[in-house]
Amino acid sequence: MRRLSWDRVIAILLLLPSILAIAIFVYGFIAWSGWVSLSNWDGLRPDLSWAGFVNYAKLFANPRFQIDLRNTVVFTVLFLGACIVLGLGVAILLDQGIRGENFFRSLFLFPMAISFIVTGVTWRWLLAPGDPATGRLTGINVLLNAVGLPLSQWYTDPTVIHIQPTSAVGQFLQQIGLGFLTTPNFGIPLAMFSIVIAATWQMSGYVMAMYLAGLRGIPEEMREAARVDGASEWQVYRHIVFPLLRPVTLSVVIVLGHISLKIFDLVAAMSKKGPGFATDVPAYFMFETTFQGDHYSEGASIAIFLLVTVSLLVVPYLIYSTRREAEV
Amino acid sequence: MTEKATLTPIYRILKVPSHYSQGGVTMSRRTIWSMLSLVVVLALLLVACKPTPTPTPTKKQLEIFSWWTTGGEAAGLLKLFELYNQKFPDVEIINATVAGGAGFEAKPALKARMLGGDPPDSFQVHMGHELIDTWVTTGYMEPLDDLYKQEGWENVFPKGVLEIVSYDGHYWSVPVNIHRANVLWYNKKVFEANGWKPPETFDEFFALAEQMKAKGITPLALGDVGIWASTHLFEVILAGTMGPEKYKGLWTGQTDWNGPEVKQALETMAKMLEYVNPDHSALSWDQANDLVIQGKAGMTIMGDWVDADNLAKGFKDSGWAPPPGTKGIFIALSDTFGLPKGAPHREQAIEWLRICGSKAGQEAFNPLKGSICARNDCNPDLFGPYLKTAMEDWAKDAIVPSLAHGAAASEAWVTKINDVMTAFVTDKDVVKAQAGLAQACKDAGVCK
Repeated sequence: MRRLSWDRVIAILLLLPSILAIAIFVYGFIAWSGWVSLSNWDGLRPDLSWAGFVNYAKLFANPRFQIDLRNTVVFTVLFLGACIVLGLGVAILLDQGIRGENFFRSLFLFPMAISFIVTGVTWRWLLAPGDPATGRLTGINVLLNAVGLPLSQWYTDPTVIHIQPTSAVGQFLQQIGLGFLTTPNFGIPLAMFSIVIAATWQMSGYVMAMYLAGLRGIPEEMREAARVDGASEWQVYRHIVFPLLRPVTLSVVIVLGHISLKIFDLVAAMSKKGPGFATDVPAYFMFETTFQGDHYSEGASIAIFLLVTVSLLVVPYLIYSTRREAEV
Repeated sequence: MTEKATLTPIYRILKVPSHYSQGGVTMSRRTIWSMLSLVVVLALLLVACKPTPTPTPTKKQLEIFSWWTTGGEAAGLLKLFELYNQKFPDVEIINATVAGGAGFEAKPALKARMLGGDPPDSFQVHMGHELIDTWVTTGYMEPLDDLYKQEGWENVFPKGVLEIVSYDGHYWSVPVNIHRANVLWYNKKVFEANGWKPPETFDEFFALAEQMKAKGITPLALGDVGIWASTHLFEVILAGTMGPEKYKGLWTGQTDWNGPEVKQALETMAKMLEYVNPDHSALSWDQANDLVIQGKAGMTIMGDWVDADNLAKGFKDSGWAPPPGTKGIFIALSDTFGLPKGAPHREQAIEWLRICGSKAGQEAFNPLKGSICARNDCNPDLFGPYLKTAMEDWAKDAIVPSLAHGAAASEAWVTKINDVMTAFVTDKDVVKAQAGLAQACKDAGVCK
C-alpha cells in the first residue's frame, strides 16, 4: 500500500464533505425511495411495513400506467427522431460556411435557454385548437385556416392510431396470437405530436450545436481525399461524415433520451394528462399519485421504475466513456 | 485538429482537464493550507453569525397558508388580515400563498411542510373529507371544541356544516365561506332573444341543446384542463339523477356504485359530452365561462365562483338556475381554517380562527370572495343579487357535500375518480367507467 502523503490526506479531507452530502442526499434517498416502494405506506402517515413487490404489480396492472408506458415510447422515438433529423440538417447547412453563421447558431440555440415551463405555456397557447364548428379559432389554427389547410385539434385530440382488429393486418395478428398489438395500448396518440413539437422546438438547437462541433472536428483533408478518390458529395457524407459523427449521435441519444424518459414540466405546463391520458407520462402520474392521492408507496415505485429505465440508458454510456477516457 | 476534436462535447465536459490530473499545475502546500484555513474561517463565521435566540420575540407573528392569490379571493384574505391587525396591531402576518386553482399546487407544498415538521400557524383546507382524511385521522390537527363553545358557533353554523367539519365527536376547522357547486349559468340576452328557458329536467336540457346546436351555438361550455371540471359536472349529474339522500349514500357505501342510478348518470353525462365545445380539454373553467359571456356557448355548469368571474369581467347579463334535477339540492363546499399541532404561534392562530368564524370576519370576507357566509346570521344587503338567492337556497335546500372539491371523499379517492373521468370523457365507455368507480370506492375502503 502506498504511504499516505499529506497531499492525500488533505485531498480526502477536502472531498469528504461532498462525498458525505452525495451519499446521504442522493444515494441515501434513492435507497429510501426503494424501501418506501416496497412498503405499505398509503396515506400521509409513514407506514414502512414490508409489502414486497405488491406496488409494482399494481402499477403494471394499472391501465393508466400502461398508457403512460406507450406514451413514453412514442414520445421518446418521435422526439429523438425529430431532434436528430432537424439538428443534423441545420448543422450541415450551417457548416457550408454561410454568412452570419454565428447569428443563426445563436438563434437556433436560444430556445434551449428557456425553461420547459415557459415553452409549455407558450405552445399551449399556440396550439390551442379553438372550436372550428362555431368559427372560433386560436393560435396556429388561424394560420392553417388562412392558407386553407385542414385544422388540427392538437393536444386535445383523443384519437389513438392503432392497428384495427378488423383490418387484414389485425386479423392476421390475431391469428398468430399477437392480437394484443391491435389494442390502443400499442398505438400512437395524436395529441403527443403537440408535445413533440414543443420539445423539439426547444432541444433541436442543442442537437444542432453538438453536431456542428462534431462536423468541425472532421478534418477537411479526409473529405478532400474522398473527393479526390471520386466520391460524390452524398457519398462523402454517407461514408465519411456520418460514421465519424456516430459518437455525437450516441451522446445526443443519451442526453435527449434521459430528458424524454423523465419529462414532467413540459407536459405539466402544456396539457397535463391530456384527453384520455393521451399526453400522460410516468413522472406526471407519479406526481399525482404521491402528492395529490397520498399513495406514497405507489408513487415511490413509479420513481424507482423511472430511475431504473434512465439508468439502463445512462450507465452503459458512462462505462463506455470511462473506457474511452482510459484509452485516450 | 487531432483525435481530440472528434470527442463529443459532453465527453469533453466529463473529462477532467489534463493539466490538473497530470501535474501540469501542482498546488503548493501553502495554497492548500490557506484554502483549508479559509474553509475553517468561513465555517466559524457561519456559526458566529447565527442569531442568538431571543427568549421573547419582540414582534409576534402569524403565518397563514392558502392558495388565495388572485382577484376577490386575495382581496378577501387581505381584508381578514386587516381586521386581525386592527385587533392585534403588534402581530406581523406572514401571507404564505401558493398560487394555483383549487389548491392543486398548494396542497403538495403544504404536505411537504407538515410532514417535514414545519407547519404554518393555520392553513386553508376544504371542509369535509379533504380535511378529515388527510389531516385529522392522521393526527396532525388539534380539536377546536373549546373555541366552538366560547364563540357559540354551534348555534350559528347550520347543522349540515357542523356535521361536515366534525369527526369522532370533535370540531376540527372553522369554515369561512360556502360555495355552491351546482349552478347552471347562462347568457340572459341569448336566452331572451330565442325565447329559451333554463332546463329543469335532463329531457328539457337535451331538447334545448338541440335547438342551440341548430343555431350554431355550443350548448354546454366545459373547460376541464386538469379534469376536475368534468368530475364537477359528473357530481352535479349524479345528484340530479338520484336525489340528495342516495347521493350522500355514495360517500358512505350505502348507495351501490354498481347500481342503475350511477349507470344512468354516466349515460346522461356521455350524452351531454356530445354537446360540449370540442376544445374543452384545452380550456380552464373561466375560459369556458368566456364562451357563455361572448354568446358563443349557451350554458355552463360550474360552481358559483363564476359569479365573481362575471363581476370582474363586467358581464351583467348573467342568468343562473339549478342544473337539471338539482332544484332544492345545494351541493356545498367550503374553505376552512384549522389549527395544526405544533403551530409555532398557537395563541395568535387561535385568535385568527376566532376572526374567521366571526360575523364581522365573514361579512367582510365573503362579498369580496363571491361566496356566502357559513354562518346563518350575515346581513343579506351586503351581497350581490346572485349571492342573495344563494343565501335563500342555503337556508332551505338539502345540503350535500361536493365530490370534486374535497367535501365528499378523501383526496386519495377523488384522485382515482378523476382518473376514471379522464378516460370516460374520451371513450364514453359507461360499463368500464362504472366498474372503475366501483373499484375506486373499494380502494378507498368505503365499499366492500
